[in-house]
Amino acid sequence: MKKDYLYLFVDFISKLTSKENKTYFFSGIILFLLLAPFIFSAYKVQLSFMLILILLAMTWDVQGGQMGYNTFGNILFFGVGMYLCASIQIGMFFPLAEWTESGGEKTFVHSTDQYFQGLFVGLIFAGLIPPIIAGLIGYGILGLRGHYFAICTLGLGIAAGELAGGIELIGAGQGMTTPPFPKGLGSLELRSQVFYFLCLALLVFTFITLRWLYSTRFGLVLNAIRDNEDKAEAMGIYTMRYKISGWMISAFFVGIAGGLVGNIVGYIEPIEVAFDGREMGVFMVLMTILGGKGTLWGPIIGATAFHIFKESFWSMFLGWQYVALGVLIIVIVIYFPEGIMGYLREKYPEKFGEAVDEKDRKAQVTLN
Amino acid sequence: MSILDVNNVSKSFGGVKANVDISIKVNEGEIVGLIGPNGSGKTTLFNSIVGTHPIDNGSIKFQGEEISKLTVPTIAKLGLLRTFQQTRIYGKLNCVQNLLISYKPEKENINTMFSKIPKNLNDKAEKILEFVGLYQKRNLRAGDLSFGQQKLLELAMALMNEPKMLLLDEPTAGINPTLINGIIDRLIRINKEFGITLLVIEHNMKVVMQLAQKVFCIAHGQLLAEGNPDQIKNDKRVIDAYLGAQ
Repeated sequence: MKKDYLYLFVDFISKLTSKENKTYFFSGIILFLLLAPFIFSAYKVQLSFMLILILLAMTWDVQGGQMGYNTFGNILFFGVGMYLCASIQIGMFFPLAEWTESGGEKTFVHSTDQYFQGLFVGLIFAGLIPPIIAGLIGYGILGLRGHYFAICTLGLGIAAGELAGGIELIGAGQGMTTPPFPKGLGSLELRSQVFYFLCLALLVFTFITLRWLYSTRFGLVLNAIRDNEDKAEAMGIYTMRYKISGWMISAFFVGIAGGLVGNIVGYIEPIEVAFDGREMGVFMVLMTILGGKGTLWGPIIGATAFHIFKESFWSMFLGWQYVALGVLIIVIVIYFPEGIMGYLREKYPEKFGEAVDEKDRKAQVTLN
Repeated sequence: MSILDVNNVSKSFGGVKANVDISIKVNEGEIVGLIGPNGSGKTTLFNSIVGTHPIDNGSIKFQGEEISKLTVPTIAKLGLLRTFQQTRIYGKLNCVQNLLISYKPEKENINTMFSKIPKNLNDKAEKILEFVGLYQKRNLRAGDLSFGQQKLLELAMALMNEPKMLLLDEPTAGINPTLINGIIDRLIRINKEFGITLLVIEHNMKVVMQLAQKVFCIAHGQLLAEGNPDQIKNDKRVIDAYLGAQ
């Protein structure tokens, strides 16, 4: 094996994440993320978005990567969570219809207590309702396989956008505003900090949950479904249960993320913000593929790289962003079909524990 | 005592009659062969038995219980398992994981869904891999194994599931002669030591003669003959339809 720089880097990373150094590694990352809004204080909102993108990529990977069901439908839960959270935040204290009709004019003002109570309850419901929707829809369409499932879910986000655009109560096509941050509390600075830490808490919770999930029988069954669903069924696994539960878990986190994003943006519009399948919906697929499908860290790496690439391109070469995005997609698909993690795994399989064990097991069973 | 009782099963796909009134009886602890020309309906019969598609009429009983209306996973849970002609393994998982996931928990509920895989299963998986001769490759991705090794892996997966009866669809197809002997050995040991009843589709007559105590021959979707290997070898109809006149 030629020891090039890439190998040394992979070696370094694998030592860093090994059992004895794991605690330091994770505390280092957490510490960095906790200090980040103070170090890069001009980019707080951007950093929050990065955390959200990582979360979307990680939850997309539960279906797209681990289970092999390419879904474009996760954006549905994102939008539903967003609308639900905002509606509850407002509806708990004021008439919702009048709020949306006033088009964001500040006729009603939340007190500090009301604001945080509303946000708390709103986020809870943004987490509870989308999984129920995922369960119901999943029961209907998770029987579809491969491309058929992908195409079917492609319609979900679009349909939801059109539906939301027709409901007057939530502002129809015009959209609605979320409650403004209480004035008495402080500047915009504080607002972005609060939401940054909420996003961080949610992401950490997601990471811990998924990490645990992939270590259980559930995670292994998801992989089995990806590799050969017929076989999994023939071996006595009720795959439908696993597929539906997996989607519900994703929907839970994506729903809450939607609720947070609605509040960060401050304005919810059905097609551009909530059910933005054209951008967010595609991004989550792209980020995961870039980082490496079916791995825990792939989506994180992919989303981080993608966000940095996107934002720097957006600000430096405005007008060319979609060209750049198109080129990026082509490069990913042609040169990194397995993503960054997949590429490394193919190059250095022994670093991922794939190796022939020359030693024979002390034979309990002898055959001649 | 018969473990599998297939009674007058028919299955047609549109105008194609794949199985017509087929009756097969397999006794507990036996190794039974199923032969017939290509396209004679052997795999269709397997699919009917394990519930891949509904049958048109007839009945299929496993351990005295009617299973023709049950779904694939439910039948597998009862202990009736099949392997595939084209190997089906979980290509991106390594061999040990392939086996771990094949283990059948006693109860399937939310607890077993989200619990860690028990540690002792690892040992069991390694023992079974040792049994089929894949121990050294246990950390490789299953998809990187050769076709023959994948067949062995599939056999190992079936053993991990602890079935009562195994339906094997051409276990030696596409495998070199040396390895074939190894597979025959193992199949006989599976039958003797693990007490698993085997129903084997096989084209290699030498294998069938070595393995089976009873053979069924199917041609054009109909049961042509049944009997012990010698009877089948000398049956005029079987020779005409399948073995070819000498």
